[in-house]
Amino acid sequence: MTAMHFSETVTGGFFFLAPWLVFAPLTGLLINVIFGKRFNERTVGTIASLASGAAFVVSVLLAYSVSLNHGEVVRWRLAEWIHIGTLHLDWTFRIDSLSTTMMLVVSGVGTLIHIYAIGYMHEDVRFKHEEGRFNRFFIYLNLFIAAMMILVSGDSYMMLFVGWEGVGLCSFLLIGFWYEFDTLGRSSWANSNAAKKAFITNRVGDFGFLIAGFLMFWYLGSFQFDEVFAAVAAAPQEIIVAITIFMLIGVAGKSAQIPLYIWLPDAMAGPTPVSALIHAATMVTAGVYLITRSAPLYSSVPEAQYIVAMVGAITALFAATIAVGQYDIKKVLAYSTISQLGFMVAAVGMGAYVAGMFHLMTHAFFKALLFLSAGSVILGLERGHHAHAHHAAHDDHGKKKKEGKKKEEQHGHGDEDHGEVFDPGDMRNMGGLRKTMPVTFWLYIIGTLALAGIFPFAGFWSKDEILLDASLHYPAVYWLLTAAAFFTAFYMGRQIWMVFFGQARTDAAKHAEESPKVMTVPLMVLAVLSVVGGALNLPFEGFHNLGHWLGHTLGEVEGLPLNLQVAGISTALALIAILISWFLYGRNPLKTGQIDPLKKPLGFVFTGMENKWFVDEGYGVLIIKPFKWISQFLADVIDWRFWHDFVHETVILGAYNWISNSALNEYTDQKGIDAFANWLGTATQWISGLMRKVQNGFVRSYALSVLLGVVLILGYLIFK
Amino acid sequence: MIPVDYYVALSAVLFSIGALGVLIRRNPLIIFMSIELMLNAANLAFVAFGRSHEIQTGEPFFGGQIFVFFVIAVAAAEVAVGLALIVEIFKTKKNINIDELNSLKG
Amino acid sequence: MTSDLIVFLVLSLVAIATALGMLFSRNAVYSALFLVLNFVTVAVFYLLLGAPFIAMSQITVYAGAIMVLFLFVIMLLGVESISSPNALPWQRPLAAILSVILVVESVYLILSRAQPDMSIASPDASLNTMDSLREMAMSLFNNYLLPFEITSILLLVAMVGAIVLTKQEKGEQKS
Repeated sequence: MTAMHFSETVTGGFFFLAPWLVFAPLTGLLINVIFGKRFNERTVGTIASLASGAAFVVSVLLAYSVSLNHGEVVRWRLAEWIHIGTLHLDWTFRIDSLSTTMMLVVSGVGTLIHIYAIGYMHEDVRFKHEEGRFNRFFIYLNLFIAAMMILVSGDSYMMLFVGWEGVGLCSFLLIGFWYEFDTLGRSSWANSNAAKKAFITNRVGDFGFLIAGFLMFWYLGSFQFDEVFAAVAAAPQEIIVAITIFMLIGVAGKSAQIPLYIWLPDAMAGPTPVSALIHAATMVTAGVYLITRSAPLYSSVPEAQYIVAMVGAITALFAATIAVGQYDIKKVLAYSTISQLGFMVAAVGMGAYVAGMFHLMTHAFFKALLFLSAGSVILGLERGHHAHAHHAAHDDHGKKKKEGKKKEEQHGHGDEDHGEVFDPGDMRNMGGLRKTMPVTFWLYIIGTLALAGIFPFAGFWSKDEILLDASLHYPAVYWLLTAAAFFTAFYMGRQIWMVFFGQARTDAAKHAEESPKVMTVPLMVLAVLSVVGGALNLPFEGFHNLGHWLGHTLGEVEGLPLNLQVAGISTALALIAILISWFLYGRNPLKTGQIDPLKKPLGFVFTGMENKWFVDEGYGVLIIKPFKWISQFLADVIDWRFWHDFVHETVILGAYNWISNSALNEYTDQKGIDAFANWLGTATQWISGLMRKVQNGFVRSYALSVLLGVVLILGYLIFK
Repeated sequence: MIPVDYYVALSAVLFSIGALGVLIRRNPLIIFMSIELMLNAANLAFVAFGRSHEIQTGEPFFGGQIFVFFVIAVAAAEVAVGLALIVEIFKTKKNINIDELNSLKG
Repeated sequence: MTSDLIVFLVLSLVAIATALGMLFSRNAVYSALFLVLNFVTVAVFYLLLGAPFIAMSQITVYAGAIMVLFLFVIMLLGVESISSPNALPWQRPLAAILSVILVVESVYLILSRAQPDMSIASPDASLNTMDSLREMAMSLFNNYLLPFEITSILLLVAMVGAIVLTKQEKGEQKS
């Protein structure tokens, strides 16, 4: 870091710390990579959390410095990266109000999740009988923080892309963390397939991002943000539209929008802290950040803005309806995340960047809270299940248990002494947890209220701001989002009733145990943030703090006052939804094995929701099947039969055989070169046969030849 | 007055006779003697040239004679060794026909 | 035709005749005796060329010592003549032809480039032989001392070699 120097004027502050955003997590990572095997779990987790915490401290100091600097952009050049022709790329940190906001969210939520993960992974690795992987998990987490920091602090689209790919890699690694299991801990490649699905789907998005990047460089001549934005005015409108649309494909990939959202629900295969950190709070919001960062591009093309807003709004509603029909506690939250990301994308699409970023932040708080609480629920159930199973085994099958245990160890995992596989994530297996897990229950309630947008929780303010913006300019978007908000409240209510109220539907739920402090304390912090997070940007004169703050970067926007009509409608709808959900699920709690009460009245519609509207199956028929067929065709017919059998085996091999056997071997080599060489040998033999007669051993003949030589030389002298 | 060339010509004739003896005789002793004859022919030429040189310069000159002296000495040594070899060959093969000493061939 | 030339021609004829005699004698003893005559004739030539010391050396060393040694060996081995058939029948005529050509060529070369002024007179009767000898000795032991000494070593080595070659090894069966 000796090569650090200023690229622009900087006045004071802590800007020199910028590189530590990346290097602090990397340091933690390296320590754990090198020494992790010798440390115990607590040390590993502490180091990783401290590394992430250091990044958070740096973020705070940077934000403070930006505010001291009146929001001026500071670009801190760390190293030269690529200099080719007119392409000048450096590793430069861009520190302004937008990037510091993202840094704070990423490192703040990230650190809390690191701490939570110490407790969570401690038990998770034990349920999976793979204690050795504890260290690896924190290495990946730290790597993710570093990559995310590169993403948000990059000063050019290419630097952003480096982080973009880095977080994609971490996502892949963490989804496939239990790569040899499925989500229930059975031996299977399901988790690894989920990881591949996420990675490949993101490749489709990255392809769009790259095309956008190429167009940008070709027509705007740079990757650097300021230079690109400066060149927008002079560039043709169609080009900007093309760039923004291709960029939207990238956003759809990373931020799980239609049509590329399908990877996110499967990504729940990763450990729950991963779902919280990467697939809810931070990484998936990278797309929203990208659009916000590219505000000057999008603002100049209203057509593209409209498309973005519609994509976001449709995604929001679509995912919300699917969430209604899900039974897995994490799947509900996953579709909820997609839906909420749709809100953010719609917001930034409409040009309401502040609203989008505001919702991004609050969502990071309450969705992380919800996911982590869900993780706590799952673990609680798992604990209950194990305690009960052991208890039962002791009582009934004292002998059998030993055998079972052996078997279990042989398989390395495999949970069960008794045949059926227990799914601790299935809400139908829960119920009545408010008594056994009171802390988690209250935390979950707070998260739910925030997500449902109930006054005065954080989600109310941020969602309301988006709806307000939509109601002013984009009525279609407004109605879509409002409907989505209704469904949001409904499925969250359904979840609460199913999980925490009623009677325990399984023995595991009956014996569920509360999580330890290391897990609940970070949750409490997040819960506080979920309650008061709305204060960041209250819709009252003088309270648009976030708007002012981001205004330094995005241009000053007028903060809208609270619109009682919009707020009233959304809140009323949310309350109605919760009431309906109580009517369906709370009034008559689900019994063990009872089908969902919505199934009857809604019929095939609910079947659609349950099965995610058959989108995966549709993709299977429309894309994967033809793709497989084409691959099969290419491999079988084109590659094997045509290229291999015909071109290689018949044409090339035949020609080669003919050339080598007939032309070269027989005629050139055997009849030409060999013959000549043989003739040479024969001739030499014949000549030497003649010559050896001279060497007959008779000394007199040798003398004669000497005399002959003398005679000849004298003759030469005479006739010279 | 005899031109020096007459001596040299005589020397050449004697030398040729010696060479012919080496070539046609099969008795190694006679071949040896022919070689001695050739040496003598060469000695004669040395002395004749030396004398011619002495007369032309008018100074006493002994180079030719001294060379002949050395040749005689070397010839004596050669004969001693050569005859010893012949005796040894005879003792081994009971014969000294030069044509039977042809094991050194290709 | 001067007397010198007559003497020279006569002596030349004798030398050539004795050489041919040596060449064609069937008996090796006769060959040796012809060679002795030839050496004596050459010694006379040396005298004519004013080299009395060499002439004496020729007679004593060559005609005397060496030829006696030859005769001794011939008679010791009993190889006066060789009766086995000629292994190289074509060698004889070829060698003869080549030798004739050699004579013709060399004589032609020598005489065709003859320089008339380079003639040799017979030595003066007044010439003091002893003076000549003394001077030659001075030259030999001053200018040619090193070759002289080396020759002596050569003779020694030859003597040793001859003894080693003919020596009867101990325990070896007498033939």
